[in-house]
Parts: sequence; C-alpha cells; structure tokens
Amino acid sequence: VLNFKYRGSPLIPEMATQEVQLNETLAHLKTESETLKSKLEEERAKLHDVELHQVAEKVEGLGQFVMKTRRTLKGHGNKVLCMDWCKDKRRIVSSSQDGKVIVWDAFTTNKEHAVTMPCTWVMACAYAPSGCAVACGGLDNKCSVYPLSLDKNENLAAKKKSVAMHTNYLSACSFTNSDMQILTSSGDGTCALWDVESGQLLQSFHGHAADVLCLDLAPSETGNTFVSGGCDKKANVWDMRSGQCIQSFETHESDINSVRYYPSGDAFASGSDDATCRLYDLRADREVAIYSKESIIFGVSSVDFSLSGRLLFGGYNDYTINVWDVLKGTRVSILFGHENRVSTLRVSPDGTAFSTGSWDHTLRVCDDCYFLSNLTTLQPRVTFLVTSCNVCCFSLFFFFLSDLGLRMRTQRMKW
Amino acid sequence: MFIFFLAACEKHRPLPLFTKPSSSLHHRLSPCLPLSPLAHFLILHPSASLPAATLSPPHRTINLRQKHRKVSLGFFFSQTPYFWTSTRWPASELDYAIYLAKKNIRKQGELMEYEKERYSVLHKRINHTWDFVVMQAREQLRASKQRRKADRIVLECQEQAYWLINRPPPGVHNVLDVGLERPNNFSARVTLNSDYYKNEIETSRRALGRNRVKSSICLEGFVKYSEQYLNHDPIMQGCLPSNPWISDDTAHWTMNADMVPTPTRLRVERWSFSFMELLEDSMGRREFMTYLEKEFSAENLCFWQACEDVRHGESSRIVEKVEDIYKNFLAPGAARWVNIDSKTMDKTLEGIRHPHRFVMDDAQMHIYFLMKKDSYPRYLKSDLYKNMLAKAIVPQETKKSVFPFMRRQRHSSPSPAQAATQAEDGQAKGAGQAGTNSAGGSNA
Repeated sequence: VLNFKYRGSPLIPEMATQEVQLNETLAHLKTESETLKSKLEEERAKLHDVELHQVAEKVEGLGQFVMKTRRTLKGHGNKVLCMDWCKDKRRIVSSSQDGKVIVWDAFTTNKEHAVTMPCTWVMACAYAPSGCAVACGGLDNKCSVYPLSLDKNENLAAKKKSVAMHTNYLSACSFTNSDMQILTSSGDGTCALWDVESGQLLQSFHGHAADVLCLDLAPSETGNTFVSGGCDKKANVWDMRSGQCIQSFETHESDINSVRYYPSGDAFASGSDDATCRLYDLRADREVAIYSKESIIFGVSSVDFSLSGRLLFGGYNDYTINVWDVLKGTRVSILFGHENRVSTLRVSPDGTAFSTGSWDHTLRVCDDCYFLSNLTTLQPRVTFLVTSCNVCCFSLFFFFLSDLGLRMRTQRMKW
Repeated sequence: MFIFFLAACEKHRPLPLFTKPSSSLHHRLSPCLPLSPLAHFLILHPSASLPAATLSPPHRTINLRQKHRKVSLGFFFSQTPYFWTSTRWPASELDYAIYLAKKNIRKQGELMEYEKERYSVLHKRINHTWDFVVMQAREQLRASKQRRKADRIVLECQEQAYWLINRPPPGVHNVLDVGLERPNNFSARVTLNSDYYKNEIETSRRALGRNRVKSSICLEGFVKYSEQYLNHDPIMQGCLPSNPWISDDTAHWTMNADMVPTPTRLRVERWSFSFMELLEDSMGRREFMTYLEKEFSAENLCFWQACEDVRHGESSRIVEKVEDIYKNFLAPGAARWVNIDSKTMDKTLEGIRHPHRFVMDDAQMHIYFLMKKDSYPRYLKSDLYKNMLAKAIVPQETKKSVFPFMRRQRHSSPSPAQAATQAEDGQAKGAGQAGTNSAGGSNA
C-alpha cells in the first residue's frame, strides 16, 4: 500500500517509496540524536558529587546590598535596546528603537556622538577595544562599523562601513580582541566572524535551530572560544578557529536572551524568558546553579557578573534588576527605578559600576550605596546630623510658640 | 484658515530602509526608482517662525506650498525621512483621520472593516475639526495628483506601511510596542533536515568523549576565585580613594591609568594571580619584559606579541607579518631565535608556506606555556617584582564629607578616538584636552 499523505509526493510508486524511506531516515536520525543527548546527560550527572550552595556554606554570607542610581542618561527618543562600555571605563555607546546610536561620556552625562541608522530596532551595538569606532546593526540584517571622528562638521554616517551581512536580523555583535574582527549573531540561526577591513566572512557557526539572540567572548588564555544562546533554548560553546560546536547545554525552558562568561572563563551564566538565570560550568560540562524565585515570573533580558564574579546582575522584564549571590544562590538586592522593562545590562570594565538600558528611553549607571550599606561606620555622623536637625527644628518651633504667646499677652495687655 | 504645501528639499541624508511587518512591502519599496522633484511634507511645530499669514489649528500648522524645488538626488532611496520614526513625529489622531479621509475620498468603500470603525470613532471624537480634516485630505489628494504617477504610488505605499505599523489592524502584533515576534516553533528558521540531525549526532558523540572534571573541584574553583578577587571588586568592597561614580572624583582612574609612574598596590598584587592578568595589564607586560631582558629570554615575549598581532590584526597584512616573524624568530640563525620543540617547529614552518591567520597558533601556545611555567613564577619571586610591590602606593580613602549629597564638578576626559587621531596626525587637535565636553559631533 502506497502512502500519498506526504506533501508533494509524486504519483510514481518508486519515488513515493523513496520519499517514505527518506522520511523514515529523518525520524531515525532524530531519535538517534535524542538518545545520544540523554546518554550525555547521564554521563554528565555521574561526576556531579556536590551542589554549589553546599560548597558555598563555608563562605561568609553577603549582607543586603543597597544599589543606587548614580547617573541617568536621557536623550534617546525611544526604547533603548543595547549598550556597551568603552575600555576607558566611562564612555558608553547605546542604541535604540528609533534608529539612533549615541556615544555618551557617562561620567559627565554628555553626548559625544550620535549616528542615525537607516533602520529601526538597532538591537546590537558594540564599542571597539581601541575606543575609536562603534559597530551596530539590527533589522537591516547588517552590522556596520562607524569610526568615531571628533570633527564636529563630519557626518559620521558618511564613513560607515558595512561589515556583516546576514539573511535575518542582527541580534548581537562584539569585537574580538582588536578592532579588526567582529563576531555577530543573527536571527537566521547562525553566528559569524568577519574581517572589518575587507568585510569578508572568516568563519560561520551553524548549529542552532532557531534565532541566536546573544553571544559572549571567552576571557580565556587561548582566547579562541565564545558562547551563544538562542531561541532553541540551547547555549552553545564554539571554537572560533574551526567553527565547530564544542559544548552544548539545553536546560532552559525558554529562549535564552543573554549569556555572559564568568570572569575566570571557566563558566558562563545565561538569562532566559523562563525567568531564571543559570550557571553552567565548562569543565564539569553541566549546569551547576539556578537563580530563581517563585515571585519572579518575568523573563530575564540580560545578565552580567561583577568583577570578582561573586555577584550576578540580572535585568528583568518586570522593570527591576535583581542581584544574586553567585555562590549561595540567594538574592542580595533588588533595584527599582526603570519605568519599563530593562533591556540591557553591563558591568563597567573595571567593575566600579553597572549600566542598564531600558524601554523607558533612559540608561542608568548604578552602584552600591556604601553610605547605607556601611551604616555602622557612619552611624555617629548620621545620628549627629539627625539630632542636630531635630534640635534646630524644635528650638525654632519653641521660639515661634513663645513669640506667639508673648504677642498674645501684649495684645491682651493692650486690650 | 488656509493651508499651504511646503516642498522643501532635504539636506543630504543617509536614506533609510523602511522596516516593515511583512516582506512583501519591502520588495515594493526597495530602491529601484530614481525620484526627482519630490515634494516632502514638512510638519512645522507651531513654535517655528512662520510667515505671518498663517493661522494655526489647535495642534499644528501643516504648511503646504505647491512649489517643487529641484532636488538633485544623487542616490536612490526607498523611504522619505518624513516617515522615519527617528524624526520623533508621533502618529497623532488627526493625521490618522486625514489619512483615512483621503482613502475614503479617493475610492468610496475602499476602507477595510476595522478602518471604517475607526473612521466613525474619530469622526465622533474630533468632530469640531472635521472640516479641517476633510479639507486637508482634499488638498493632499490634489497635490498628489500633480506628482508623477511613480512617485505617487511610492508615497502611497509608504504611507500605507507607516499606518500599518502605527495603527495595526486588530489582532496583529504591534511591532513598535512589543518588538519582533519570535517564532514559536523553531523549524521556521533553520530547516531540520537530515544534515542538521547528523550534525547534532556528531556533536553529541564528541561531547560524550570529553574529559569531565568532578563538580566538587570546579565549584571549589569558584569559591577560591571570588575570595581572591574580593578586594578588587569595587561594587563589593569599594575602591580607593573613592568610587568615581559616587564621589565625582576621577582620582581612581588617573591612579590606575596605563602610563603611571607608580602603580597601586592592588594592581601589582593582581599580577600575581595569573599569568594572563600580568600580560593583560600593559604596565605588567612592560615590567615582565624588563625582567626577561635581564634573563636574556625577552625574545619569547616579543614572539608572543608578534603572534597576537597576526591573529588579531588586519587580514591584508598577515602575509608580511608572518614573514617578519619567520625572519626574526624562526629562521635558523635568526637574531631572536625562540626555542620551540622540533615537532611544532616543523609544523609551523610547513604552515608558513601558506600563511593564514592561525598559522602561528601552535608555536604561540608553546611559548606561552613555557613562559607561564618557567619565567612567570621566577618573576614573582624576583627582586624586581618585590620592589614594585613595596613601592606601590595605597591611596588614602577620601574622607566622606558630612554632606555626602553635595555634588562636585565632573570633568570630562579626552576621548580615546581623539587620542588615536592625535597619534596619527602628530599634532593636537583643536577640540582640546579638557574641553571635549562640547556639543560633540552630534549628527542627529
């Protein structure tokens, strides 16, 4: 009995059986792939002898952190989608939905450069390591590099250089160790390494089954790998030289929006629409921690580590930023302030502050409020201030009362 | 009140690709029409200075002057700047009403169901200016008739696309608010064919053969790392003399700049954490080079730096750089010959015949690990390093003022882009050193 239920199956019986065979082979491959994956999970579980929070029991707990906004950068006309720090630790480039890419000196909150991109939804932007150029891209499927010029009369857009070309939107881009190469990830399911000078494709990375949303370069000694996360819930670690996928992790329950390496390069964190952040260890080859709370139901849009790797900052779609203790798995702080979802979050290169961009059109640079966190050391001063203010107020009040009383008495006497 | 038509020629601007919810529109709007004299609509803000003879309606003045100026467009484009979202022109109800009225007048009954509903709703809501709306619609239609057919069609398409985005039909995903729709089933993006699964199987097989490390060892590593770097983490422990973002004082950055006579103690301590930390800090690298020169093994570091240059530098110069390296470091009898084992040397020499970006990788790694195992530990025990550590300054913590909320003046710093151009030209650019907080090259 010949089966004609497959679309496009020809009427010739022999070819129909061929197509049946092909489909069976595909199903066969699929099951083989799935079996291997479950076997891999078993292997990974074998060497898992302790949990992270157990190891961290001997570590001193962190007190509550109080985070405070130090700078608010206003100037974008629409949702801020992406940002990146410059290596000089104070400049920021940010891109927004209306097509504008702005370079700020975040310390003084001055805008230094502004470029108008021909497309809306500029979802990716990156600062070059030298500080002389920025790369950005989005719905135009391209990544363009703009050399930053300080000549006021110069139109930055005129010197634009189109480097990357994908077949779908650009979701993330990053310069490698120099200004000469750019790594991009795209909605077409691939990542690619490009040569800036010639615009040539140096290597492409295939393996994701859906849009790739984020990537991060490894700070390792050999500097040859990067991790990417996508809509297929997978986080893949790639070898930049060969284009092969070295490791793959698939434990998230929804799209992975952001991946970031642990400062030592031995692990990476990921943030996803399933409202959790997870830590994956590369040597143990498994997920080692989940950062979540029942009360958090909105997805994470971006994550980053503090300099020592002890804190993990996550920007969430419920307008907040949660700060997690990486070792113990608990939340140490929650930061409010944005009036719409947080779309991007990066810690500065020297770890002195972290910056967040949001759909409320602003960027904020935030820090630990030592004044309140270290209240014990400043207690004497605080109490002095408070009591002196109180004393002044009360004394003024008493003077006023007595003055009023005097007046009334004089009034009475007059009468 | 009366209305004019203002046709202004836009200054030379990069032409945008109007982004669309459906790809069919994109093909229609793709750059294939050379458009000459073109009328640009310009909505003037009421506060703009206008010739005295205009009367403005409640919201805005729409100035339409029927005069086409010759616009020499040297380029093709697919969307007038009028429709750019970045010009910050919020799509108001009035404009939507005008658009719908135009559509109605043009062809009776052309409006779709949802458009008809919205039309009647708007009619009720802004009934007081309805005459204005109809008059505007008629004027715009009349003006459009004067244009060439090609231009008219393009503008109509653009307008339609614009309103599709800003007033989406009911049930359609509002792209501006929520963003791109992510595909629900991932077979939309990448075809899950046999090749894909074969790839997956291969990756899984390779992964199965990996060497894994016990969790306890890895996790201990995290604990140790956090402990080691705790004092260096400004967010956790603060930084000396003060965190610039809090105190508005950039002393911390100036003290840790690249070219500083005496580094801070924390910085020098960090060099002892790992070899990578030492090499990443330019000052650390210099110190290490000085040490190696004393030990007569400086060629290793020079070789490593040259290999890094090949790996990360311009593609066009790879060949010449590899040749330089061969001449200086690998050729027999070279001035700075590096000691690599014979297997790696043979492989590298073979690869040099067809140089590519990664040809020096093996040799570079060999020398890197050589330095790491041999020279680096000795450097940490050397007098040079110990003296550096002793000399290093520990900045005084700035006293917290009694009024911590008083703001100090924030000084700007020269942009790295400026530093690069200075180095290129060899002369100080006019923008000046401390004065870079001027308006900047704002090209909005």
